Amino acid sequence: MAKLIALTPCADLLPLVAGRITLSEHVPEAITSVSPFAGRGAEVSAALKEIAGGRLPKPNRTTGARGFRVIWTGRHQVMVLGPPVSVPGAAIADQSDGWAVLRLAGPGADQVLARLTPVDLRRDVFKPGHTARTLLRHMSCSITRTGAESYEIMVFRSMAKTAVHDICEAMTSVAARA
Amino acid sequence: MRLTGRGLVDPDHPIAFSFDGQTYEGLRGDTLASALLANDVRLVGRSFKYHRPRGIWSAGSEEPNALVTIGEGVGQTPNVRATCQELYEGLLAQSQNHWPSLKRDAMAVNDLLSPFLSAGFYYKTFMWPRAFWETIYEPIIRRAAGLGALPGRPDTARYDKAWAHCDLLVIGAGPAGLMAALVAGRAGLDVILAEEDSRAGGRLLAEREEVDGMPGPQWVGSVLAELTELPNVRLMERTTVTGAYDQGTYGALERSGLHLSDPGDVPLETFWHIVARRAILAGGALERPIAFKDNDRPGIMAAGAVRAYLNRWGVSPGRSVAVFGNNDDAHRTAKDLGEAGVRVAAIIDSRSDVEIAGDAPVYTGAEVIGTSGRLGLSEIRVRHSGGERSIRTDCLAVSGGWNPSVHLTCHMNGRPVWREDIAAFVPADGAVPGLAAAGAAAGSFSTAGCLADGAKAGAEAAEALGRPAVKPDLPRAEDGAYAISPLWAVPGKGRAWLDLQNDVTVKDIKLSAQENFRSVEHMKRYTTQGMATDQGKNSNVAALAVLADATGRSIPQTGTTTFRPPYAPVSIAAMGAGSRSKGFAPERFTTSDKASRALGAPMIEARLWYRPSYFPHVGEKTWREACDREVGMVRSAVGVADVSTLGKIDIQGQDAAEFLDFVYTNTFSTLKPGRVRYGLMLREDGHVMDDGTTACLAENHYVMTTTTAAAGAVMRHLDFVHQAHRPKMDLRMVSVTEHWAQFAIAGPKARDLVNVVLDSPIDNDSFAFMSCAEVSVSGVPGRLFRISFSGEQGYEVAVPARYGEALFRLLLSQAAVLGGGPYGMEALNVLRIEKGFITHSEIHGRTTAFDIGMQRMISAKKDCIGKTAAARPGLIDEGREQLVGLKPAGPVRQLTAGAHLFDAEASATRENDQGYVTSVGYSPAFGTYLGLGFLKRGRARHGETVRLVDHLREIEALCEVCDPVFLDPEGERLRG
Repeated sequence: MAKLIALTPCADLLPLVAGRITLSEHVPEAITSVSPFAGRGAEVSAALKEIAGGRLPKPNRTTGARGFRVIWTGRHQVMVLGPPVSVPGAAIADQSDGWAVLRLAGPGADQVLARLTPVDLRRDVFKPGHTARTLLRHMSCSITRTGAESYEIMVFRSMAKTAVHDICEAMTSVAARA
Repeated sequence: MRLTGRGLVDPDHPIAFSFDGQTYEGLRGDTLASALLANDVRLVGRSFKYHRPRGIWSAGSEEPNALVTIGEGVGQTPNVRATCQELYEGLLAQSQNHWPSLKRDAMAVNDLLSPFLSAGFYYKTFMWPRAFWETIYEPIIRRAAGLGALPGRPDTARYDKAWAHCDLLVIGAGPAGLMAALVAGRAGLDVILAEEDSRAGGRLLAEREEVDGMPGPQWVGSVLAELTELPNVRLMERTTVTGAYDQGTYGALERSGLHLSDPGDVPLETFWHIVARRAILAGGALERPIAFKDNDRPGIMAAGAVRAYLNRWGVSPGRSVAVFGNNDDAHRTAKDLGEAGVRVAAIIDSRSDVEIAGDAPVYTGAEVIGTSGRLGLSEIRVRHSGGERSIRTDCLAVSGGWNPSVHLTCHMNGRPVWREDIAAFVPADGAVPGLAAAGAAAGSFSTAGCLADGAKAGAEAAEALGRPAVKPDLPRAEDGAYAISPLWAVPGKGRAWLDLQNDVTVKDIKLSAQENFRSVEHMKRYTTQGMATDQGKNSNVAALAVLADATGRSIPQTGTTTFRPPYAPVSIAAMGAGSRSKGFAPERFTTSDKASRALGAPMIEARLWYRPSYFPHVGEKTWREACDREVGMVRSAVGVADVSTLGKIDIQGQDAAEFLDFVYTNTFSTLKPGRVRYGLMLREDGHVMDDGTTACLAENHYVMTTTTAAAGAVMRHLDFVHQAHRPKMDLRMVSVTEHWAQFAIAGPKARDLVNVVLDSPIDNDSFAFMSCAEVSVSGVPGRLFRISFSGEQGYEVAVPARYGEALFRLLLSQAAVLGGGPYGMEALNVLRIEKGFITHSEIHGRTTAFDIGMQRMISAKKDCIGKTAAARPGLIDEGREQLVGLKPAGPVRQLTAGAHLFDAEASATRENDQGYVTSVGYSPAFGTYLGLGFLKRGRARHGETVRLVDHLREIEALCEVCDPVFLDPEGERLRG
């Protein structure tokens, strides 16, 4: 029996460096969408706290600890990055292969994103742990600030090439202007 | 000429540049305009309509005349204002709108014809014959009248688009803007200070003034030093705020790389969207001309511009300069010139009641009534109380007063307000929500007034945003009153120019009034005044004053035309930054993309996805040969196609089944785990929205398949139905399209191939048609569906996308052993046409379940979205166009999609239209083209002969109407 070889969404695209800014791929062990059913939010939240070290995040927020990141991604919907999770009272779907997770880091990372997304990324507005479902140029995406100068960007796997291209273009501009 | 030791230019850094092929030298800090004047180049262009020689009028972005082309070849940029272009080493500039040369322009014949070319000339002359307009008149006019030329090829330079957010946007970094930014910045607001110029300071760089005991530029430097220290203040130089839009959004154009010899990867321009909670317009004021006979010669300039060249760039635009004005401000010019040692030929003031000190000859109550000098000013004619006289001069500095830069405050339909004391329009309060004007932009013309105004506006913004500001000590500064007595146009014969950029004269405005285009908006369109790229910044107020005079009304009665974005020209390349070529839309690639391309498959776009069209074999000359082979391969052996692009929606919850019953026309609540059902979905208006299969994976757990094209639309529809119509249903939906790589395996040997990759083989009975299961695919957990879009024994196998490429390659290598291989979209299309399966060619948005013959799929036992609307009499009328199959029945065997259908005997006209063809493919199995289409009463007309007419491709064929299912109507093959 032939063994199937696994490829990551950005297998031959990353990492990239421009000036002091880097773009790399992050491959979480799993990405699981968790959608609490009607009236089960508290129960799911408590279970998540137990498993992933963080409750159900409010809109535009993330939680999680011990290698888990719980990202709000929509109405009644979060994505858990980390080991696979299963929680009673919620619709669970494996999304591990559906998303390309990109890490943008370095001084000027905010200026790179300012060329790609309309979201207000000022540090006192969009703080570490804050997240947004928004546009990365023409692509639907999820952007999370993970640190003072680092972000995690999720786009559909099929669009990884365009996302890397667009981010790279913005990195080139910002690096040239630095 | 350059005056050594003056200005803010760097004498130690000479810069070589060229203009019209001749090399000149400028200094670091120069603009192209100041460098040209330093080299005594006065003639810089030809005017738009009459090709009159023109020089530099201003020192800012309002420049109407000095438009040049920068660069050459593909990278050339036309219509660059020489007053905004910073000098860099090796800069190449060309003058525009002349032939054969700037100094000898054959098109200047237009000027001699000017008595015949007055306003309205084109409208009156080129009315007839009508057909001549597009073919003859317009091309000629366009060639004759115009500015620079585009290179004619795509601009490949880098441009950027970006967003910025702040509490306060301060527009303009003159005295008012600097104070506003300082006060608000100290109060802790996030401030963006946008300055159009390459250097902050505004008029403080152009005037000889002291602020707080320091020379103006030095005070500016001290403020900038403090602003730079404040982390919450961002200074954006070379950035023109071009538009005010809803909810505090402003457009701004940054000339980020246009000042560099070699920009490298620095974008030439960056178009910013700035979102601000508050804004302060401190854009200053623009000096306006006075119209008099031949007031457009090179050497005639705004008085404020003369001072700017003198004081900022150390350049005197003339050797003997005359000054003409109607206000006190003009006199500073003579003072500055005198101080710099430049000869002042005369001071001419239109007011009689003023005292003017100085050494130069002074004429009060006087006017300039004419000028001479072929390619540049050499003499002016002055009328004064004692008579008339001529004065030799090579530069005339003119001031008709100042117009506050109200433009941005008009962008949301605000109308500026007339202020009699300064004879100018000022912004109306609240014209743009959240924006306040300050300083000269608000009509406050003294430096002290600007500083105070700016500080106040900055404090008010801080207060409004909950950050009370500390009142600053206002710097000491010039606080003269602004005395003006309006003079718009000097009476007299000859052409007195108002709009230099569109060649509009006082006479044109009067003619407009005379011909009853008396409204200011009509006058604008009749004369084209203010319709050039400067939007009438220099001419607007004077033109409407002339109109007011001609129509016997006051200026406020006459009103003003308004301004639209952009404030200054914005290149399309900047607005479309990043969207050139493939940047226009993201590309979506399947996991099999690389493998498919490696096999030479041409790709076709399905929305954003790229899918293989066919897989050519050596020796195949046309796509049809490949397609025919692939169809035959699927019918006789086995084919593999990537179907990952179809939408997959995971639906879970105790009410999921009931929800599916509500969104599909047919029943899903009876579907058992492990089974798949075809479903039809209607829009609220009763027309078909989409179709596809939904599998029941487990109790209360389904996965719905949508078409590729409608995946997003269906997801949105389901969300809407859930939230708006069935909010109490307990279910959750999420797209899992991207998680799964899914491959269709079709053909009589499909099961043989599937069993090669499955860890536990299946057989026909245990895994019957329309089954589904979780399976292990070469050691990977996957899903298997037994469904068919080809009419053959068919399976779809899904694995997590990371294994997609590997599984595709494995399937292809194993298919080859069975005599099979990959098939593309062309073959897929033929296969489904043979089988009479629909796609969005048929369910194109205007067809109903009745039309496609699926009326009975609308269950009578339950309600569903679109059911009631679909039952409207008009939508179930037997006379409607119904889905039919079409086969060639005459000598012409070719059918074409898009063709229309007519009765065999009827003429092919719109009135006789009986329907149309939606899909066509060549069927190797039947040895003929087959078509699907819609025909009036089609289901009752099987066996009839109709005429297919493709008016576009000029094809006519007789067709036999038949059932849309050509192949295996009993479905034995797909169950086998």
